[in-house]
Amino acid sequence: MPFSDPLADGPVIQASSQRALDLGMTLEGTLALVAEACPTIPVVLFSYLNPLLAAGPDVLARAAAAGVQGVLVTDLPVGMDGPREAWLGSGPLEFVRLVAPTTPVERMAEIVKHGSGFVYLISRLGVTGMQSDVAADLPRTLATLRSVCQLPICVGFGISDAAQAREVGALADGIVVGSALVRAAESGVDAALALVRELRAALDTLPA
Amino acid sequence: MASVATDRFGAFGGRYVPETLVPALEELEAALAGALADPAFVAELDHFLANYVGRPSLLTEAPRFSAQVGVPVWLKREDLNHTGAHKINNAIAQALLAKRMGKRRIIAETGAGQHGVATATACARLDLECVVYMGEEDMRRQQLNVFRMRLMGATVVPVTSGTRTLKDATSEAIRDWVGTCTHSHYIIGSVVGPAPYPRMVRDFQAVIGREARAQMLARAGRLPTTVVACVGGGSNAMGIFHAFVGDPSVELVGVEAAGEGIETGRHSASLSEGVPGVLHGTLSYLLQDEHGQVHPAHSISAGLDYPGVGPEHAFLKDSGRATYVSVTDDAALAGFELLSRLEGIIPALETSHAVAWIAANKGRWTADDAVLLCVSGRGDKDVSQVAELLELRDAR
Repeated sequence: MPFSDPLADGPVIQASSQRALDLGMTLEGTLALVAEACPTIPVVLFSYLNPLLAAGPDVLARAAAAGVQGVLVTDLPVGMDGPREAWLGSGPLEFVRLVAPTTPVERMAEIVKHGSGFVYLISRLGVTGMQSDVAADLPRTLATLRSVCQLPICVGFGISDAAQAREVGALADGIVVGSALVRAAESGVDAALALVRELRAALDTLPA
Repeated sequence: MASVATDRFGAFGGRYVPETLVPALEELEAALAGALADPAFVAELDHFLANYVGRPSLLTEAPRFSAQVGVPVWLKREDLNHTGAHKINNAIAQALLAKRMGKRRIIAETGAGQHGVATATACARLDLECVVYMGEEDMRRQQLNVFRMRLMGATVVPVTSGTRTLKDATSEAIRDWVGTCTHSHYIIGSVVGPAPYPRMVRDFQAVIGREARAQMLARAGRLPTTVVACVGGGSNAMGIFHAFVGDPSVELVGVEAAGEGIETGRHSASLSEGVPGVLHGTLSYLLQDEHGQVHPAHSISAGLDYPGVGPEHAFLKDSGRATYVSVTDDAALAGFELLSRLEGIIPALETSHAVAWIAANKGRWTADDAVLLCVSGRGDKDVSQVAELLELRDAR
């Protein structure tokens, strides 16, 4: 879901958000796309807080009706706004929370307690965007998170090719790819699909 | 340590940031509390304010302007501070705090360039690395300040995304900080951003009001009837208002930028025309469309050209303690000329909005009242832009 001021995002997603908004994309438009695509896999709505607030309290139910299973809010950390966090966690959507490389272990436990679906581990300091290698301290951060987390853990930020997908996929329960996919989509839907197939194939070579 | 849930101004404020920044903000909050409780830190800051910034700033009477508006007007002269604006009060304090925290790299955003210059100044004096994000459009409007920052050793990074003004410079500074928060400190220039920034910046700017209140009592023998200040993010206004919030007889008026006119939609009047929303880590009044997308602001003055506003102003508005009004680009330009001609004081274009509001409200006060105006900065930075605008106006 594009936002005008995506302050956790790097240049690729910033530009794509701006393009989408310039072409008239809205939250309703995003939900209509999901409903039309009718995917057989879970869909997580990825947003900043302000467009969700503007959409009104029934937006979670509307998103679920469109086929969305989860919601992730980039700028609403655990413990910062009780009433709005309670709203987002009240269902019917899973409320996916984020853990950062700077998060101490006690806070990791707190975050896990207040999330559902899966936990999104940010693999490195900084905003979203493609990187040439996987963060060196990822295995350690992941192990720390694993020690306090029963939910599946997906890792994102910086993953852009099959080799990185395999490397991170071997450690985590899932991977998140954003900027690389957006960049591929800039050359058309076929290029985006090809990247998805390549990443999927890379993950499928991992032992189950 | 104040808990985040309570570090709000009524319903406003908060800490709406990427998770990566949460520990950095907690560290900052703890360091701030420690510094303010440490007499050595307070003494060092006071020393800098007295011997580097040049405080206390003067309280100046404005006899010719007063005669024109029919009420004694007193000017709190933040334009006389080193670097020419109130911004240095906060920049020097936060730079000292960063040094205390062991963070030797400083990030700042700037609109008109005054906060960027103040931060570059503090960093030069304290031997800190300084990176300033500035919208490309603002760099064009404020070339003099870009030169000053570079002269003092700062790196000025042009921001080409979005509106190319203060809003996007702020986003870019936050993005830098998300990647560097373990060794960088972000010096926000106004009473905006995630907690503890709005309270911290207010407390570092509150020296303006503390001095002005004492000076009014000593010089005028009374408290002002009305305190007037311009509001973009709102730091000079919070700085001067804070000491008077507990004086029920004192009216507080914040003047926003009405740009080309409220009805044109091209303005920066967040409090007058916005609705509550979340931008840059805080919940406050915000110019936005019905989909929650932030609406670009506009003002003749780069320092007021911001779609949000400090959360404490949102609280003061809703509680009725302060009143917020707005003034157009054209009126501000006339205010710029007026104070220059009548008092020999060239105000910043930001301040000129407050001058214009007082001038437009002749008859609102009697000779027995007293108005206190915060001259947030000097207008030297604006003269080439104003010269162009006056030429255009006279051609019309």
